[in-house]
Amino acid sequence: MPLLDVLNLEVRYGGINAVKGISFAVEEGEMVCLIGANGAGKTSTLKAVARMLPAAGEMHYRGERLDRLPSHALIGKGLALVPEGRGVFARLSVAENLAMGAYHRNDNEIAADLERIYAMLPRLAERREQLAGTLSGGEQQMLAIGRALMGRPKLLLLDEPSMGLAPLMVQKVFEVIRNVAAQGVTILLVEQNAKLALETCGRGYVMESGKITLADTAANLLADPRVRAAYLGE
Amino acid sequence: MDILLQQIFNGLTLGSIYALVALGYTMVYGIMGLINFAHGEVVMVGALVALSVMKPLAAAGLPGPLVVLVALLVAALVCMALGFTIERVAYRPLRNAPRLAPLITAIGVSIVLQQLAMLIWGRSYHAVPPLLPAESHEVLGAQITELQLIIMLVAALTMAGLILLVNRTKLGRAMRATAENPAIAGLMGVDANRIIALTFIIGSALAALAGVLVSANYGIAHYHMGFILGLKAFTAAVLGGIGNLAGAMVGGVLLGLIEALGAGYIGDLTGGILGSHYQDVFAFFVLIVVLIFRPSGLMGEKVSERA
Repeated sequence: MPLLDVLNLEVRYGGINAVKGISFAVEEGEMVCLIGANGAGKTSTLKAVARMLPAAGEMHYRGERLDRLPSHALIGKGLALVPEGRGVFARLSVAENLAMGAYHRNDNEIAADLERIYAMLPRLAERREQLAGTLSGGEQQMLAIGRALMGRPKLLLLDEPSMGLAPLMVQKVFEVIRNVAAQGVTILLVEQNAKLALETCGRGYVMESGKITLADTAANLLADPRVRAAYLGE
Repeated sequence: MDILLQQIFNGLTLGSIYALVALGYTMVYGIMGLINFAHGEVVMVGALVALSVMKPLAAAGLPGPLVVLVALLVAALVCMALGFTIERVAYRPLRNAPRLAPLITAIGVSIVLQQLAMLIWGRSYHAVPPLLPAESHEVLGAQITELQLIIMLVAALTMAGLILLVNRTKLGRAMRATAENPAIAGLMGVDANRIIALTFIIGSALAALAGVLVSANYGIAHYHMGFILGLKAFTAAVLGGIGNLAGAMVGGVLLGLIEALGAGYIGDLTGGILGSHYQDVFAFFVLIVVLIFRPSGLMGEKVSERA
């Protein structure tokens, strides 16, 4: 049974059909990416999975119907989203943002997890009392990922983590993502940077105007002439 | 007698009450961008419920401060239930409606509450029994009553408590996160409906306290008292920067001072043409000036367009 199983997902904004009945699955422990051009429906897909958008179709998470749960019930099930544009709480401090990540938890390992995050992301440790709005884009992305990890997710959805970052920072962010995956967190990644996404993940889906047009292993997609022509600039 | 100092004492008393009410406006605005014009009526309900509790208890000969405390507790519970119901019935169904709809609804709720209060408590002005110590003391040539001191102290302690709640607790953190971005806070497991309901409940408890204090200060309560008070507290919230807690407190105290000083000196300033009964003019003059010259208020953040 896949960890996440999506069947005939459809998202509409008014008259516009952003996602047109796509189906995909993510197995436990996998790193899967959803690549495609701007406006292909990648972000809408992730938001629909996180129940932030009304959508038609069926979504199963560990066999449970996801599409009947409110958004705020998901993290308790182990599903976290790092949103597009990072979505840190600008007027809360770094430490408070991280604490928000553990909002649904009541166990006594929160402080230990916080130290683990600070050890993994030392830039955040240095800035823990600073307001998140004063951080650089890369630091905010790290914070958004750290905040999601504070919820101890089993499935982490990442929406365009490389967006607007300098190349060196992109490398660092992806290093963190690989690190998280190595700890056993399943990852569904949405990226415009197709090359980087395919080099990082095991499997990929290509989205084009609301539909999945290709689905294969990352290695095959990287070698596919259609992908090379459309997304890798060759 | 020192008129300046006297008016400052009066202004601080009045201002701390305005601040308590202004907090209710600013908390709701901060979290959902709604101006809850019915908030003033919650203050009125608090005052009248407390009065109804006070009369029989005082007649039974219980000590004054205890009677006030019990009355305050009952009034707070009634107002909390009222605030919760208002949000649930009047505002939640309009959460995603155009902004004008909940605003008009708020005015409707305000009228409904006023009329209900009129049916329950009648049209007359009720005298509030003087149950709190009101002895007057001379300070630097001006008179300050124990009642005034109590009002300022209770308001200050309550506001300090609120600041601690918002800045130092898990609930407060979730409130601030929801105010900033409810959808993202939802991803962390925050149920925005619950946070909004709690915001109304807390604001209504503050309103009940303000109602008890203001009716004790003036010695009267009536079904219409919430309207002008609410409008002034709204002015105070705008003056401080609506959405900003510290701003509401500063705005409230400042407005109280402006009003008291204005009332104290308007006779001299206009050569006796206008008397101190023009007190209310100052609040709305302040509102107009703030809206023209600094619409974001004294402590409000500049509203910037985000890309």
